[in-house]
Amino acid sequence: MSAWLHRLTDSDIWWSFKSSWLTVVAAVATLFIILVSFLSPILAPHTPFDPATISLSDGLKPPVLVSADGEWTFPLGTDDQGRDVLSSIMYGTRLSLIVGLASVVVAMIMGIALGLISGYVGGTTDAVIMRIADVQLTFPAILVALLIDGIVRGLISVKQHDEIAVFVIVGAIGLSFWVQYARTVRGSVLVEKNKEYVQAARVIGLSPMLIMVRHVLPNVTGPVLVIATLNLGLAIISEATLSFLGVGLPSTQPSLGTLIRIGNELLQSGEWWITVFPGITLAALVLAVNLLGDWLRDALNPKLR
Amino acid sequence: MPPLDKLGNNPPLLEVKNLRVEFPTRRGTLLAVDDVSFDIAPGEVLGVVGESGAGKSLTGNAIIGLLEPPGRIAAGEIRLEGRRIDNLPYEEMRKVRGARIGAIFQDPLTSLNPLYSVGRQLIETIQTHMPVSASQARQRALELLKEVGIPGAEHRIDHYPHQFSGGMRQRVVIALALCAGPRLIVADEPTTALDVSIQAQIIALLKRLCREHGTAVMLVTHDMGVIAETADRVAVMYAGRIAEIGPVREVIKNAQHPYTRGLMGSIPSLGHRGERLTQIDGSMPRLTEIPKGCAFNPRCPQRGERCLVERPDLMPAGSGRAACWLHDARGVGAPVKDLAHA
Amino acid sequence: MLVFILRRLLQSVAVLLAVGVVAFFLFRYVGDPINAMVGQDTSLQEREQLRDRLGLNDPAPVQFLKFLGNAAQGKFGLSYRTSEPVGRMIVERLPATIELSFCAAMFVLVFGIPMGVYTGLYPRHWSSRLLQAISLIGVSLPTFLIGILLILFFSVILHWLPSFGRGQTVTFGWWTTNFATISGLKALILPSITLGLFQLTLIMRLVRSEMLEVMRTDYIKFARARGLTNRAINFGHALKNTLVPVITVAGLQLGALIAFALVTETVFAWPGVGQLFIQSVQFSDIPVMAAYLMLIGLLFVVINLIVDLLYFAVDPRLRAQGGAARVSGH
Repeated sequence: MSAWLHRLTDSDIWWSFKSSWLTVVAAVATLFIILVSFLSPILAPHTPFDPATISLSDGLKPPVLVSADGEWTFPLGTDDQGRDVLSSIMYGTRLSLIVGLASVVVAMIMGIALGLISGYVGGTTDAVIMRIADVQLTFPAILVALLIDGIVRGLISVKQHDEIAVFVIVGAIGLSFWVQYARTVRGSVLVEKNKEYVQAARVIGLSPMLIMVRHVLPNVTGPVLVIATLNLGLAIISEATLSFLGVGLPSTQPSLGTLIRIGNELLQSGEWWITVFPGITLAALVLAVNLLGDWLRDALNPKLR
Repeated sequence: MPPLDKLGNNPPLLEVKNLRVEFPTRRGTLLAVDDVSFDIAPGEVLGVVGESGAGKSLTGNAIIGLLEPPGRIAAGEIRLEGRRIDNLPYEEMRKVRGARIGAIFQDPLTSLNPLYSVGRQLIETIQTHMPVSASQARQRALELLKEVGIPGAEHRIDHYPHQFSGGMRQRVVIALALCAGPRLIVADEPTTALDVSIQAQIIALLKRLCREHGTAVMLVTHDMGVIAETADRVAVMYAGRIAEIGPVREVIKNAQHPYTRGLMGSIPSLGHRGERLTQIDGSMPRLTEIPKGCAFNPRCPQRGERCLVERPDLMPAGSGRAACWLHDARGVGAPVKDLAHA
Repeated sequence: MLVFILRRLLQSVAVLLAVGVVAFFLFRYVGDPINAMVGQDTSLQEREQLRDRLGLNDPAPVQFLKFLGNAAQGKFGLSYRTSEPVGRMIVERLPATIELSFCAAMFVLVFGIPMGVYTGLYPRHWSSRLLQAISLIGVSLPTFLIGILLILFFSVILHWLPSFGRGQTVTFGWWTTNFATISGLKALILPSITLGLFQLTLIMRLVRSEMLEVMRTDYIKFARARGLTNRAINFGHALKNTLVPVITVAGLQLGALIAFALVTETVFAWPGVGQLFIQSVQFSDIPVMAAYLMLIGLLFVVINLIVDLLYFAVDPRLRAQGGAARVSGH
């Protein structure tokens, strides 16, 4: 274990990480956000989505340092229902992160699987999958996600939809991003498929599929990671956008996007804190993720070494 | 330092004195060119030969002022026709490039901008350095293309680089390098990327043109055969230093430095069939691990105690000079036989 | 060369057909069109009759062809939500979206390309680093958040610009335009910036990274070795080689603006096709969704085609090869 740690701290990647203070800050910030949000049941001062604990009389309190009406029990203010903004942000961030990560994982799995199949099996299957990919790529991802969500909405009732909203969103966003992974993996498979060791494996009866997984997958981890880092920020933004538009996570399980939507309706009358604080959190989160992604891409890029 | 053997008694065209090129990296500062000095006389062809990583290309880059950062000239002087050029501001050096010093690089395909016609690239270069009109420039471009042997120059002048074959492209590159009339050309591996059959043509062309124009050439390459064909003198580089320098025939037939001897012995030649090729054990040290004393000592069959400790400068040896204690009055000291640590 | 064009045209048609299939499936099989049209107490028999009359019991391929035929004429049935003809709804709102996208595109090009060239040529200068930092923020902020912040600042606090709607528009035939009135122009500013900011940062980063790569090529090195002026190198050689691959991506991105407009239109209550689409998703208004899908599909296919042809015109290597592969600018 210590030998592995030693190798890690001695590596080029660690050096390039340490030498960029910005990346270190971004990493620390991301870790902080993740920790705080995932520990929100313990850390949050209130439970804003338990109807029993909120009261309308607490509604619309401004942040504590900005106005005399503020209170320390609600440091960032409350919304019109009396929900504490700080706690809402913590729970909301957790949801945003979960959805973002989950959709990237879904997209990766689906993309890698389809890429492997498409590349290995070839023929009509390959053609069909690639044509579908082409058509899907014609549309921006957000549109695809919206479409899927709209279709699901048309098939089930509103109440059912709210209950499984998280899964629908994860599925919708994941489905909108699989294509890049599939293409990259397929490219690698095509390269490896013709190499002699694969043919040799076939001759001795080994399943070439296993060989593919064993040899191709390690080769694509680099590019796949690069795509994933690009995607994570986008996924979080996509979910926030969908929620903001009212077709994402509902107000019973709000993510940061939902919170911003709720706050937006009150913006004109001057209660800015309900939108701005979740907005800042969202921006900080995505910024940190993007910085980390940028660094990772540069570190993995052989051309820049 | 006394001037080296030259073809004539003219003052040297190019003087390089104690050049040091450094690369600051995260593991410390690497010394890629270490205290290199040589001259080039007007019209002479100096070959610079050595393995990959010996510092020959970097020396060439330093001379034309195109060292890529973080590399930089840490010490030394470079003089062209008596005037210092290593410390010129960028704009001054820009005027020197092309007009007084030209350069040719290895890969003719990537040396030419794919989106501009050959003629446009020639005319642009000509007009940058000479106060001529566009039509005069085009005329000159046509003449140059004919000189380098492009058939049908009148309409090929408007063709794009991808429409030429590899050998033709390198001819265009040579034309581009010569078009503003430089006194010196730094040619960095000009034939390595070409087919063997084309290499000879290009080398002959380069040699002929430079003779006709009176242009000196610093020919950097790892191919001894090209040097033998083309150069008047040759400098052998090893680990960032010059190991030996002298007239080509002499260095080939009668090498004075053990490294050069090893190099020559490892080249197969038709006259000595059936003889074993010599091989130098070990490999050139990495820039981070250059040995103390003479850089070649771990691999040298004739090393002595002095070689492990004192670093030799170039000293007279044979009809040229070599950096080897063997040619010093005091010799190498007691022989050190054990080569196990190469 | 002709072969190339023909091939691309065929590809485009194929993609359009595929999109049509998806739209058709949406249209016919998601949700029940009959349910949306009749009341609860209509008998089953009457529903069957209605189905027959509307041709909903015909074999699928026949329905598909009819669907395509109608689509070509702009007929997509009636909206589930408003019972208006979908085609007309879209046409009404199209000018709003197109004008907005056009403004945003101008914003992106006029600022994005020069900024990208500048940060590519002088990457270590503090101003470049600052621009890069700002661009990173631009990429990290979701469009709707940018819109909200801009509204908060310029509208709620400063009262300089309107926070919603198109302002005063002028009608020419079937087209309504913002460009003819001051109020219309003012209304365009915030939405255009919001819509374009993301693309602007993308273009800027793209141009910058292309520029950096081009500056490291051998032909730039050779150009320097020939003593060409910085101006000739930066703007003659480097810029041209940078812009060639940028054209394709830029073209595609700008086309994407029309689709991305849907978020901006929602934030600013801009009455365009994007806002229409969002409303249709919220209400599961399938005919509108299908129509929007086909529209966007057509748009992207056309843009892809134009961009490919442009590329062809600009890169001499492709003209020689017959456009076999997309070659990068270096």
